[in-house]
Amino acid sequence: MRTPAFILVLTAVAAALYFAFNYVGNDYLFFAGYTVLQYIVLATAWNILGGYCGYVNFGSAGFFAIGVYTTVFFHTVGQQIDTLMPEFLVAPMQLIFPLPLPILIVLAGAVAGLVGLGMGYLTLRLRGVFFAIATLALTVVLETFIVNWSFVGGSRGAYVIPPNEVPIFGHFIQFLFALMLALVILALTTARLIERSKLGVGFATIRDDELAAEASGVPTLRLKLVATVVSGALMGMAGAPFPFYIGYVEPASAFNLSYAVNSIAMPMIGGTTSWVGPLVGALLLGTLQQVATVTISSAVNLLIVGLLLIFFVIIAPRGIVGLVQDWMRKSRKETKS
Amino acid sequence: MEFDLLINAIIAGLMLGGFYAAVTAGISISFGMLDIVNIAHPGFIILGSYIAYIVNVHFGVDPILIAIVALPGFYLLGSVIYQVYYQSFEKRGQDSLRGLAFFFGLLFVTEVSLNLVFGVDYRSVDVPYIGGSVSIGAMEFPVRMLVPCLVSLVMFGGLILFMSRTFIGRAVMAVSQDPQALQLMAVDPIRIKRIAFSISIATASMAGAFLIIIQPVIPSAGREYIGRVFAICVLGGLGSLPGTLIAALMIGVIESITSTFYGPSWAPAVSFGLLLLTLAVRPSGIFGR
Repeated sequence: MRTPAFILVLTAVAAALYFAFNYVGNDYLFFAGYTVLQYIVLATAWNILGGYCGYVNFGSAGFFAIGVYTTVFFHTVGQQIDTLMPEFLVAPMQLIFPLPLPILIVLAGAVAGLVGLGMGYLTLRLRGVFFAIATLALTVVLETFIVNWSFVGGSRGAYVIPPNEVPIFGHFIQFLFALMLALVILALTTARLIERSKLGVGFATIRDDELAAEASGVPTLRLKLVATVVSGALMGMAGAPFPFYIGYVEPASAFNLSYAVNSIAMPMIGGTTSWVGPLVGALLLGTLQQVATVTISSAVNLLIVGLLLIFFVIIAPRGIVGLVQDWMRKSRKETKS
Repeated sequence: MEFDLLINAIIAGLMLGGFYAAVTAGISISFGMLDIVNIAHPGFIILGSYIAYIVNVHFGVDPILIAIVALPGFYLLGSVIYQVYYQSFEKRGQDSLRGLAFFFGLLFVTEVSLNLVFGVDYRSVDVPYIGGSVSIGAMEFPVRMLVPCLVSLVMFGGLILFMSRTFIGRAVMAVSQDPQALQLMAVDPIRIKRIAFSISIATASMAGAFLIIIQPVIPSAGREYIGRVFAICVLGGLGSLPGTLIAALMIGVIESITSTFYGPSWAPAVSFGLLLLTLAVRPSGIFGR
């Protein structure tokens, strides 16, 4: 399928989903759906670096939180224009602020991408393990930084009150849901494009044998940086609408370890070699967690995710997609013979 | 006055560094010598803290004594984990990506399980010497820091002696360099690696007891040690125990000075900064081979 057709199909599915939810008319569906969609974006983003290049990023929560706090930052700036800006700037700034959410998403993507670039440049020249460790530590340090930065709320947290109604979409959560759908389309299309381009082939050589790739002239460092930036930017974009979704942000919720765990577990469980894997994993695990949170408890559902991750990594290294492929190959052989 | 503050910050840092040495010892063995990136190690340290806590609350035994009694249990746990790791990843030759995810899963499962059992409240032990302090002139030595630091240094010294003097210790050092040569000496590298990994997990029992003497513990406390522990390990040079000790003392002092003069909430950022700097400038560490 060509890319424009692919986008068209995705958009049709997204629109169908939106109108189906709208038809049911229950706001909770939108709230729960938003979380699942957010995980699809995170898992797909993680997989661009982790699955295609084989570089593990434990800092998804950090990149996500960069997006969250970019929104909080500009929101706070928008509220204090009179005190922050010199007088002649107040009038034009009041025209610009408050920034619309789509622009905030782009800004968040840019900031998160830049952080990814900086970190990648420092650590990607070494063995993959060092990059993984650095991303782990990155979350802790960013959290330290945010806790100490009172402008965006510090450890107290910050309130971001969403408007009640939005034109066209009606209730605000429906607007957020539609935005997240758009982000999902963007993430999936990006992942699929990368997979089928020269870039994806380059990524695969890095994953399979980096030394050999380097020796045959693949610009490994540059490719790895591209992957880190794209992946980080998508994670940041996924985080940008979060303050409006939840209304009150504090470091502990924005940097929650469950984002890091889920964005690793979902591709691993779904399968890391293609864009389908993270999608399947996120849909399954995300929905399961929404159900488990309501019926059991949120701590137990995190335990389930952790155990599933360990289980799949040991038993089914190629994830659900791999299992299905094996099963299809087997049944094809049987029909032939 | 300012000078007294600095001296005391340095002393507190040295004692903190002694404790960090115990925390890093396990990683220095597993990551430095065996090339197993055990990021779940801090999780096992917290597990050690909670074992010390639960026995201490019920029977009033000293946490360090509890940790020593728990050593065989942790050793066994280490053996089991290594066996799973070897069978599922090392043997198949795909240990990097999935092995990392495996240990990350272990870290997470440990933390969430502790959360479910003990809740998210801070827990602390009750030991008679926790409040006391020894002072020499203007220098203050709080006993709750001094005891873990001293025991940790003894343990670390023992590890260094074990690695350099005994046959198994030397075999561990050899397995990281040339497992095939080891096989020619009729030594099973897998067995040596299992022993070494089990020892590394066993150190978590001690480090856990030290941690809960020094400060109250919550299940998620392990996370802030990940960056620190790997920073120390890399800074000290992978696989070098004496280097690790010196790096641990250095990070302890730098963190202590930072929190004395700039506020304790900045301390976690110090080790990360140093880690990035080391990786960027000299990835083999200060005392690297």
